[in-house]
Amino acid sequence: MHPLARRIQETFPTGFVSATEWRGDVAVTVTRDKVHEVAQFLRDDPSMDFDYIVHVSSVDWPDDEERFEVVWEFYSIRKRHRIRLKTRVPESDCVVDSLTDLWRGANFMEREVYDMMGIRFRNHPDLRRILLPDDFNEGYPLRKDFPLRGKGWRDTFEFLDEQSR
Amino acid sequence: MAAEDQRTTVYKVDPNHPESETLPTLRTEELLLNMGPQHPSTHGVLKVIMELEGERVVKSTPVMGYLHRGVEKLAEDGTYHQFIPHTDRLDYVCAMYNNFAYCRAVEKLLDLKVPDRAEYLRTIVAEVQRIIGHLFWLSAQALDIGAMTVFFYCFRDREILLDWFDELCGARLTTSWYRIGGVERDVTPSLIAKLKAFLDYFPPKIDEYQVFLEKNRIWLARTKGIAVISAEDAINFGLSGPTLRGSGVDYDVRKYEPYSAYPRCEFSVPVGKNGDTYDRYWIRMMELYESVKIIKQCLEQMEEGPIMAEVPSVTFPPKQRVFTNLESMIQQFKLFSQGFKAPPGEIYCGTEAHKGELGFYIVSTGGSKPYRLKIRAPSFVHMGAFDHMARGYMISDACTIFGTYDIVMGECDR
Repeated sequence: MHPLARRIQETFPTGFVSATEWRGDVAVTVTRDKVHEVAQFLRDDPSMDFDYIVHVSSVDWPDDEERFEVVWEFYSIRKRHRIRLKTRVPESDCVVDSLTDLWRGANFMEREVYDMMGIRFRNHPDLRRILLPDDFNEGYPLRKDFPLRGKGWRDTFEFLDEQSR
Repeated sequence: MAAEDQRTTVYKVDPNHPESETLPTLRTEELLLNMGPQHPSTHGVLKVIMELEGERVVKSTPVMGYLHRGVEKLAEDGTYHQFIPHTDRLDYVCAMYNNFAYCRAVEKLLDLKVPDRAEYLRTIVAEVQRIIGHLFWLSAQALDIGAMTVFFYCFRDREILLDWFDELCGARLTTSWYRIGGVERDVTPSLIAKLKAFLDYFPPKIDEYQVFLEKNRIWLARTKGIAVISAEDAINFGLSGPTLRGSGVDYDVRKYEPYSAYPRCEFSVPVGKNGDTYDRYWIRMMELYESVKIIKQCLEQMEEGPIMAEVPSVTFPPKQRVFTNLESMIQQFKLFSQGFKAPPGEIYCGTEAHKGELGFYIVSTGGSKPYRLKIRAPSFVHMGAFDHMARGYMISDACTIFGTYDIVMGECDR
């Protein structure tokens, strides 16, 4: 196991789920209730020192019991190492702690995840849709059950016909 | 009648006024101003709702998504090769960088080694694209602030490079020249000669742009001390590229996690001090010189050789062979009709584009299409810091801030 992953396992024996290392990327999965604690540890611990948030993302696994996977990627500018933090979220309770209080850059990134995948972030200061219009009522487009061409909302728009233009 | 009343009313502004006690108090309130979506300095379509106190920005809320095309959803519906032209439309000003970042990510997923000559060609073209990007940025930023002359000078030189791209791959903007495992075609001797001529011609021109701006009082007043962000905040917001380096943080993916031919080139990464718009301008000007240096070194070091990795299950065979060899034709047909299968797993790969770190996070389940593809677009991340950076500055400085991010909404909204 990678030293970074082992350190997390030792510090959070109950929250740690699994760790992988593939193509040089270290990924650590933790339970949902420990996300904020682990993130705080990643940022503040001197040996971790992850001061930079790279991206927040999400993956939909419709066949799994805990359907969604939320992914954070951190980088340490001083220590020059990377880590990927993951957690699973069930569809029935689509909430995970927001990390906006630790990295302010997470604000827009989390809003995008909410917009595209419908995962809510607890304690987020301004959780609204960001790329799609506020009145978009077709659901969350990056979910696997969302058809590529949309659900037909666009066809209901009224356009001016040739004569009235 | 009512309007006339208002005009003639004397308000209680001066407390020493003899009738101060009896006059009505002046009512002040914050003004809500919609900037955009159709504002020339928003570089696309972006709306910002600004709360103003006089001319000062108190709070601003960016409203984005006008150029949202669902690129990440589209990626899940096509093969890995089919997504390359989609990446052109992200940052449509600098398409080569998007191709580069995407191809690098897929190569990391496949653990594919690219031949040396292809690595050099990729680096050369990426740096040419960086010059184009910075020239476009400089012209747009100067124009937003009110200096029109620089615009024409930058576009004159940018045009030479776009014509060079045209000769290289047949397109000026939507290039799609990078391929997974290499590049689409080799450079011709005429292209090399033209590039060398440009490298001799260009450095004096950079000095020329600076003559217009360096001692220009208006330029200095509108960039020095404007939109200051501290190093700590810049890191916390996840800024990258010149926007981060302007605050004195020495972070460049080309140096920190070297890729392609960069480890074999000598170049320095300019870093600012004050974190204001002027420092970010200065960094980009210095990077123009560095890009010229990198291209020259690559041209010297580059040797003859293949431009595409030889992995029949993934990379395209040379066109010549497709027409003469049956196996190559079958390989070409299979790749175009079905694509290739990537091993299951997930990777993140960041590339230093001229705006900042452009990253792709790809999740594969072993199929020929990405299961999930996430684009870490620097413009989007930078917009997250807009409110923080605009607070306390004038409305007109908002244009400066859009400019200093080098924002392109196609990439921001995806």
